[in-house]
Amino acid sequence: MPSSAPPAATPLIEFRNVSKYFGNVVALEEVSFRVHSGGVACCLLGDNGAGKSTLIKTLSGVHQPSAGQIFIEGKEVAFASPRDAMAYGIATVYQDLALVPLMSIPRNFFMGREPLKRVFGIPTYDSTLANRVALEELNKFGIRVPDPNQAVGTLSGGQKQCLAIARAVYFGAKILILDEPTAALGVKQSANVLKMVMRVRSRGIGIIFITHNVQHATLVGDSFSVLNRGRTLGYYEKGEITGDELYNKMAGGREMMDLESDLRALQNSLAGETNATTAHNAPAAAHNASTA
Amino acid sequence: MSDNSENDSGSVAAERLRQVSLANRLLNRPELGSVAGAVLVFAIFAILAGDSGMFSLDGINGWIKLASYLGVIAIGACLLMIAGEFDLSVGSMIGFAGMMIAIPAKYWGWPVWASIMFAFSGAMFLGFINGYIVVKTRLPSFIVSLAFLFILRGLTTGLAIYFTNRTIIGGIGMDGGLAEGDWLASAFGFTIGGEYGVQAIVIWFLILAAVASFVLLRTRFGNWIFAAGGDANAARNVGVPVDRVKILLFMFTAFCATLYATCEMMEYGSAAADRGVLKEFEAIIAAVIGGTLLTGGYGSVIGACFGALIFAVVQVGINYSGFDNSWYGVVLGVLLLFAVVFNNYVRRRATGEK
Repeated sequence: MPSSAPPAATPLIEFRNVSKYFGNVVALEEVSFRVHSGGVACCLLGDNGAGKSTLIKTLSGVHQPSAGQIFIEGKEVAFASPRDAMAYGIATVYQDLALVPLMSIPRNFFMGREPLKRVFGIPTYDSTLANRVALEELNKFGIRVPDPNQAVGTLSGGQKQCLAIARAVYFGAKILILDEPTAALGVKQSANVLKMVMRVRSRGIGIIFITHNVQHATLVGDSFSVLNRGRTLGYYEKGEITGDELYNKMAGGREMMDLESDLRALQNSLAGETNATTAHNAPAAAHNASTA
Repeated sequence: MSDNSENDSGSVAAERLRQVSLANRLLNRPELGSVAGAVLVFAIFAILAGDSGMFSLDGINGWIKLASYLGVIAIGACLLMIAGEFDLSVGSMIGFAGMMIAIPAKYWGWPVWASIMFAFSGAMFLGFINGYIVVKTRLPSFIVSLAFLFILRGLTTGLAIYFTNRTIIGGIGMDGGLAEGDWLASAFGFTIGGEYGVQAIVIWFLILAAVASFVLLRTRFGNWIFAAGGDANAARNVGVPVDRVKILLFMFTAFCATLYATCEMMEYGSAAADRGVLKEFEAIIAAVIGGTLLTGGYGSVIGACFGALIFAVVQVGINYSGFDNSWYGVVLGVLLLFAVVFNNYVRRRATGEK
């Protein structure tokens, strides 16, 4: 496993106390994290409403932070628009993957950025190039597709995820935001996506891996931050925190303990009722048994 | 470890190989069903009406002309449907475009070429408005263009009566009418050959089919059409200008309707307020029979052309084989039903749905 870059190196991207308010609603509060070249920063989501979409939109230039600073390779930057963020090589693979199921793999791969060649002076879609490049790029990440004209809808969930990632990498992503890439995938499919993440990082690309899954985060991550109700509950480098501790933070520690005691109380009271009913029925049962 | 992973993905691909090849063959050929359908209806009417004159020069000319008229608007409907939208105002636009030529030419003293240009630009402007409302309000185009169906049909009759006090305006034809000798009108009213020669609409249809098919399959814009209809959100996220694509295609359907209206007017020498009634449905049905999905993202221009041909052969064939005309509707409905079920099957295979 490639070791994380030495702490002395300038991070590829750094969020320092970034906050975002919408009127009096706090969407993000003092979020900080760093991603190094070839590093995987995991952002664990506490619960729904953790601030995930605001975070992604701030990273990709859709929203501008209300407070705090964003650094890219040590230089403070401000994204006025998604185009700005893209110019810095920030690419987002959204949960819906931006793939069209009825279209072929190469047509999806190059959607919006179709390669052109001139035929009698008319710019036409270069399907030969598109087919070759799309299959080559997938191959680099260990995905073999027998037929380029295969519709994307026939691919498995993991393969689709990998296709979307390969596309972002091919089009020059330096910082890749993965929005819950293993959500709704089975164990084997998730494994393929995690392998893909390792292959991408080995090319020096920094990854922001957003997930609910502690196991997946600890498998690939170099640093961890937990996002809960718009706040980060700490930022930890690998080795500074265990999976269990992360899990407790995610679940919101105290709330989890409350839930645990609530459930225990409920169980006890339910058990009490069951005991009462069995006790009540016992004489009848004994009676039946004796007559039989 | 890494060997293992290669095997994993390899076996995943192999597992799916067989399933893919069938779906794929169907997917690559959305027009397959309509070509087979065309062969079938030809075979049926060759038996039923083989010696009735349907396949004489006169007969062939009849159904080819019919297929060409319908084909022109089916191509427009097909591209728009692949982009995920409907235009129900095509039929009304045919009537309205006719009046946009006839009224200025006959009552305002415009040269016919200027009236034709006015009709094309006016119709495409209306197509733009139609498309603009659809993309800005995000309302279903079904409803927006249904409104245009009534607005345009009402305007066609209303304006015709207001300006001319009649609903049929004649005397605009190529032979002795206003259009005689007009350079632009002759581009829509020519005939190659004698009595049973090839009419302008047939040539226009073939040109339009070739250009539209090329644009759809071989250009960047074509890929955007598929993307816009397949998943507009996904397309937007990768930078496809979905709204622009849709608006342009609404303008294209209006262009097709005007082309239809102009050729028809040059053939009959007149404009009438009821021209094009129900043509929007015929265009959509032809596209669907040709393999275009109602839900967008999939279809073929060549398929739509064969859909139009099936339509025309059935319509003419029923007549020649001596059945009552009302059976035409029954046959068409059954064909449509088969086409929709078949298309739906293809879509489910292609998207991996069960």
